[in-house]
Amino acid sequence: MATTFPSASPTPGSSHSRNSSAETVTVALVGNPNTGKTTLFNALTGLRQHVGNYPGVTVEIKTGTAELSGAKADVVDVPGCYSLAPRSLDELLAVELLLGLRPGTKQPDVVVCVVDASNLERNLYLTSQVVELGLPTVVALNMIDVAVSRGMEVDERRLSERLGVPVVPIVARDRKGLNHLANAVTGAIEGTALAKRPVFPEAVADEVARLNARLGAQSHLPAPQFLMERVLFDSKGQVEKLLARKWGEDFHRWAEESRARLKDAGVTLGGLEARTRYAWIGEALNGVVTRPAVRKTNWTERLDAILLHRFWGVVAFVLVMTGFFATIFFGAAKIQELFKDALNVAANAIASPLPAEGALRSLVRDGALAGVINVLVFLPQIAILFAFLAVLEDCGYMARAAFLMDRLLSRCGLSGKSFIPMLSSFACAVPGVMATRTIEDPRDRLATMLTAPLMSCSARLPVYTLLIGAFVPGPVWQTLTMMGLYFLGIVLAPMIAWLLKRTLLRGEPTMFLLELPSYKAPRIDMVLHRVLDRSWAFIRRASTFILATSIVLWALLYYPRPPEIARNMDAQREEVERLEAANSEDAAAARKQYEAELARRYLEQSYLARIGKGIEPVVEPLGWDWKIGTAAVASFPAREVIVAALGTIYSVADVEEESGKKALADVLKEQKRVDGTPVYNGAVAASILVFFALCCQCVSTLAVIRRETNTWRWPIFTFVYMTLLAYIGALLAYRVVLFFGGA
Amino acid sequence: MAAPRTLADLQPGEAAEVSGFLGSQSATQRLQEMGLTEGERIELVGVAPLGDPLEILLRGYHLSIRKSDARLVALAE
Repeated sequence: MATTFPSASPTPGSSHSRNSSAETVTVALVGNPNTGKTTLFNALTGLRQHVGNYPGVTVEIKTGTAELSGAKADVVDVPGCYSLAPRSLDELLAVELLLGLRPGTKQPDVVVCVVDASNLERNLYLTSQVVELGLPTVVALNMIDVAVSRGMEVDERRLSERLGVPVVPIVARDRKGLNHLANAVTGAIEGTALAKRPVFPEAVADEVARLNARLGAQSHLPAPQFLMERVLFDSKGQVEKLLARKWGEDFHRWAEESRARLKDAGVTLGGLEARTRYAWIGEALNGVVTRPAVRKTNWTERLDAILLHRFWGVVAFVLVMTGFFATIFFGAAKIQELFKDALNVAANAIASPLPAEGALRSLVRDGALAGVINVLVFLPQIAILFAFLAVLEDCGYMARAAFLMDRLLSRCGLSGKSFIPMLSSFACAVPGVMATRTIEDPRDRLATMLTAPLMSCSARLPVYTLLIGAFVPGPVWQTLTMMGLYFLGIVLAPMIAWLLKRTLLRGEPTMFLLELPSYKAPRIDMVLHRVLDRSWAFIRRASTFILATSIVLWALLYYPRPPEIARNMDAQREEVERLEAANSEDAAAARKQYEAELARRYLEQSYLARIGKGIEPVVEPLGWDWKIGTAAVASFPAREVIVAALGTIYSVADVEEESGKKALADVLKEQKRVDGTPVYNGAVAASILVFFALCCQCVSTLAVIRRETNTWRWPIFTFVYMTLLAYIGALLAYRVVLFFGGA
Repeated sequence: MAAPRTLADLQPGEAAEVSGFLGSQSATQRLQEMGLTEGERIELVGVAPLGDPLEILLRGYHLSIRKSDARLVALAE
């Protein structure tokens, strides 16, 4: 992984003069979460952004281009963090990016530290570490308006003197102060400002020097002092591991020796760093920040008195969640229908110039376009969901929801931060999986990602509606069945997460520390930006994989296509053509009938049907015949495809139309086995329902898990465990309903 | 001697100074980075409706911390 250092790594100091103004400069944005760092990034780069994935880590790094005072700049959005003491590979990435240690990355020419002006003390902790990197640094004093509204005054000139770096007040949300910031950034690259830094006991400096001497003068490490301090301060930290990958086990021994010597010299490393830095910050801020004599309760605290209240907080939470579900089921579902119709019209328009017969048209229409539509139909829902989530996140309620739900989720080894991803998955697992990015703990994040798809998403609804409508009697039982299917996921997801956290994802629990940021009025442009950004990411990454899968499935369904099948139906075709020539009223219906029958016969000899027949012994215990098995295989890319697949298998001409749906349900009821008993009964319906509630027949979900984890291991794992779970669940459902006489 | 009073023992609205940590350095490093350092005054603002986690106020900002982690923070009497 990241064991190789760039061979020609610049020595510290040389990078300052490397760039003339004609060249593109690299600017890194760092800051605590909730400081408006990403808002600043968006304001600087607009939509000129791209996303980079790095092997071995799950975080994405965004890079964008900007023009700063006439100079071209590559801006890197380093993931938000509270400290540069990396404990995980994801946290190490921030350090590697800042020091140019990742192969293929360049050390930034200047670092912009985004700090929350209303919360300077804690924000400057990270800044105090950043200045030790030896890079030109600029402090962007963001949200200065919030600080002022709380009666605080920040003397930025004095602060700049104390820190030894330029300090620029900005309001990133309103794009205020950005020109000054740009000037300060370009000025810092040329300038020679010497940052001041906290002073650690001399014994620490000695050990830092000793460790560096051991590595030798040729080590080419950037910021050697910072890195060795990390080695001393972070026992079992990632920096030590990184360096040990380069210098071998000896390095661990050297670090141990240095720490032991410090202990002998009476220096307690525990708490030393935090105490020293906060003391330094306290001095730097002395006389810089003036607060009102009496601390007034601010807006956020007044709101929290209600929103986190023992009773009213729960009421508010339930209201927000009700709004969430109402948005998904009433708002998004309607738009989704309309959108799907529009897509089908567009697809037909694209396919119409192609020759009416033959593989090409079928490939384009039934393979590629159908595959793309299967992805795109989720777009309205994903966009609406992201808008809802973006508003919650932007205004600050998201952290409160995590606060309220933490207790429940901690029981299964997760934390409050898993709540939103789980909730989103009721609409669609894709945004749910994407929403796990806010979970810092990698194991919690994986456990959430792997179990969120168990929540019944909207794509399961067509399957539920069809089978419940056909085989469950009466509205009461229908409603109860529907609720039961939703509960299945709600109950199983925490149980699986609990199991995962005790087996595959076992490890030391990490601390759940969650900042409750100030409430803000959400900004429409920020919300829109997020919605566009996430929707686009979904289309771009998921679509290629889905397209490929759809084409493979299409081929399995289309071939081998022996010509005698059409020939055997020549008589019917001639009859249809005769009716059409005579302009008969029955012509349209007859053609539909003929085409449906032809499609059924082709399907029956397809490779897919052969697979279906091949797996019949496997699905037989579930009460399924080969046709249901085939439909289940065909719906691998997306669950709801099973409705269309059953339609094809039973040659129902129009499953999508209202009347057609009923027709499909009736056709299902009419199916008979060889011995004359019906294929479908309550037990078979139950087993299909449970199977589709629990399986992961959704290529979009698998593709997005692949994207978020950067490996095939986890999507394959998810598919396998959910299919097994679905199979066992379906088997149980079948047996239980049979036992109670549901047949 | 009785067990030292910890952050988990505070009553809502009550404040006290951090006197030390009852866990290893690597376990409490994150707490310290977030500003819970020795001598710092911490106020317990409230408790989540389900009884956990806690909401504390320190260095002018609000932080949520689980009771199990708050027990690692010893308070001055």
